[in-house]
Amino acid sequence: MEDLKKILINGNEVEVESSLTILQACEQHGIEIPRFCYHERLSIAGNCRMCLVEVVGGPPKPAASCALQVKDLRPGRNGEMPEVKTNSKMVRQAREGVMEFLLINHPLDCPICDQGGECDLQDQAMAYGLDFSRYQESKRSVEDINLGPLVKTSMTRCISCTRCVRFMTEVAGVSELGQTGRGEDSEIISYLGASLSSELQGNLIDLCPVGALTSKPYAFTARPWELDKTETIDVMDSLGSNIRIDSKGSRIMRITPINNDEINEEWISDKTRFIWDGLSRQRLDSPYIRVKGKLIKCSWNDAFCTIKEALKGKKIGAICGELQPIESIFALRNLVGSLGGKTECRIDGALFWNKNRCDYVGNGSFADIDKCRTITIIGCDPNFQSPVLNSRVRRAWLRGAEINYFGDKCELSFETICNESSLEKLNKFLIKKDKVINDGDHLIILGRENISGESGKILLEKVKNFCINKNSKFIIIHSGANSVGAIDVGFTSDVGCQKLLESSDVIFNLGFDEMELPKKDKLLIYQGSHGDVGAANADVILPGAAYTEESGIFVNSEGRPQMSNRVIFPPGDAKENWAIIRALSSELGIDLNFNNLVDLRNEIYKEYGFLSETNNLQENQIKSDLDISKFQLKGEIKAVVTKSYFFTNPIARASETMAELDKLKSTKQKKNVISV
Amino acid sequence: MMDFVSGLKIGLRYFLKPKVTLNYPHEKGVLSPRFRGEHALRRYPNGEERCIACKLCEAICPAQAISIDAEEREDGSRRTTRYDIDMTKCIYCGFCQEACPVDAIVEGPNFEFATETRGELFYDKKKLLENGDRWEQQIARNIESDSRFR
Repeated sequence: MEDLKKILINGNEVEVESSLTILQACEQHGIEIPRFCYHERLSIAGNCRMCLVEVVGGPPKPAASCALQVKDLRPGRNGEMPEVKTNSKMVRQAREGVMEFLLINHPLDCPICDQGGECDLQDQAMAYGLDFSRYQESKRSVEDINLGPLVKTSMTRCISCTRCVRFMTEVAGVSELGQTGRGEDSEIISYLGASLSSELQGNLIDLCPVGALTSKPYAFTARPWELDKTETIDVMDSLGSNIRIDSKGSRIMRITPINNDEINEEWISDKTRFIWDGLSRQRLDSPYIRVKGKLIKCSWNDAFCTIKEALKGKKIGAICGELQPIESIFALRNLVGSLGGKTECRIDGALFWNKNRCDYVGNGSFADIDKCRTITIIGCDPNFQSPVLNSRVRRAWLRGAEINYFGDKCELSFETICNESSLEKLNKFLIKKDKVINDGDHLIILGRENISGESGKILLEKVKNFCINKNSKFIIIHSGANSVGAIDVGFTSDVGCQKLLESSDVIFNLGFDEMELPKKDKLLIYQGSHGDVGAANADVILPGAAYTEESGIFVNSEGRPQMSNRVIFPPGDAKENWAIIRALSSELGIDLNFNNLVDLRNEIYKEYGFLSETNNLQENQIKSDLDISKFQLKGEIKAVVTKSYFFTNPIARASETMAELDKLKSTKQKKNVISV
Repeated sequence: MMDFVSGLKIGLRYFLKPKVTLNYPHEKGVLSPRFRGEHALRRYPNGEERCIACKLCEAICPAQAISIDAEEREDGSRRTTRYDIDMTKCIYCGFCQEACPVDAIVEGPNFEFATETRGELFYDKKKLLENGDRWEQQIARNIESDSRFR
């Protein structure tokens, strides 16, 4: 319920929500208040004192606006409106004083500091500070701490805003950082000197308002003003986080998040942030054909001719990986379709059809996690699928939501009411909850693995029926960035993946690298960006673009189509994926009805109109046509974590940073086992 | 008639005066300590290069003649891996040395660096450091004498 209150800010009368702080109220009305420790998504600390304002009629001293609520402002003696001043002499002097104190111990090493050029302290010292220094005494210096391979520290620069401590404890959910000492002796330390273990630790780099915590892989390589910034979509998980990729020339220098409240808020996982070194390693930069068992470099023409020869009178089948955009998937579907072949994206044997979108997308959204009072996670390790999603669930738990977890044992960063692994227990739970919960107050998060096959169908139907009865929502978490999109554009066949692979003579593999394909008497064509499993046993390799090198549509787990943008050009002879398929089609004499990306998109939109509404979430109606009363849920819920979190796709497997993180994690786990 | 005589007088006076022209390659004019000639990268007395790859010179260069690549050196310090100046682009404005926080890039007193090919005017880090080593004494003296006015 809104409780509005009238106050005066700098002499202007405004009406604001009384639960807001003065800083937030000023922000709403376009008045900027400098701050270091305050952050919208973290708890309020009030220790930097940069946001001081004058409260007329209050105590005769400036007040920290980040920690003072509007409802705490008292009216004047004669009932005047409470008044706040943000540009009075008192405020200006207070800011200058605070700035001078902060700069006492801050080193003057901006020229070698990676934060230089995007530093809050630099900017605010210019805007609100004094232009001279009175300090002659010696400055303090602090020993650096080792936080692992991602976050570089320079603790002398720290201004003790404690954003990092609050982030690790509140959002990441691991208490690994803390502050010791008082006054000049206060220091940020990691408990027991351990390195950070959270998969969200990269966000500390963005949070730190000074250069105390900076990125290790990016260290000293570039300056913010010389980078070209491109806004695009991440493909490391099925969340579809909004990211900004900074590039210099033909090199990607770093990846940072963009705020999107519906999806990733303003966090991204470490895999998303530090993947970029994998984009320049192990790249396929020229077509290859296999001659006498050996792969040799060749021209595009030779590669296409080889495919043309091989296709004569043969049956073709196509599969696709999870990192491919809609454009190439759609183009390949049409190409293979007109050659009389079949296509399949559900390598795991799932039975999703785009006729019934609710079966693989659900009817909820990530934002629903913030609204529901009960959240039930079934067969999905949220931290493995997406650490950012996990932090959202954790926040729901902090808010007081009841979390239930059904699945194999995994480390959760929140407490659960119910933590079981058998389907029978889940059945009982659903029946029990059917009677209790208010309508629309329950969200079920399903892992794709447990509802995909014939056996998972019952579970899916049970959940669907539950949601229909209770008018509640469910979402399905897929493993890949475009797992949903491939099903959406009908890259599916009625025979299933196994049979398709067996029955075709020529297999067109569009960027699938998660397992080796059967090779016997078959010709394997691999199109993709990295020399990984798929390329290793292929007969023809067509080098394609990675996700940073072409614009494409990706549909995330909640069914939201988003458009990615090109950051740099593909290396060497590699081309955009859709263009390769288009070129191959003209070699084979097939007209695909498009000559450029715009035409291709129009073709896609003609068939699947909802994909043209990027960033828009389509509403799905739940339909259930199966009578589930006959079926019973039996057995255990499948384990979903089958490989290392840091090696889930070919780009990650090519990245040195990911390899280092994986090594660190496994040694940590070993140590834990020994100490137990 | 008088005009001829007065003209001859001026001519004679200048004939006996010392000459203002210089016999250039053998004689050189006096240079101000602020003269902005060929660039050089300086070192500290212990031999460590001064440049810390802050890229302020690259940012301020109005002709965009400077390009720098940097990375972390093995000892953890911030250093350039590439420091190129395109001397054909440079307009010798001296902003780079003004921007430099560590007096690493300077425009030295040397103005005689004409080359036979265009390619020789694309200076790299090695060439600039060599310049620095060669001209260090004069550069240091110039900076010293000018420091009172800064």
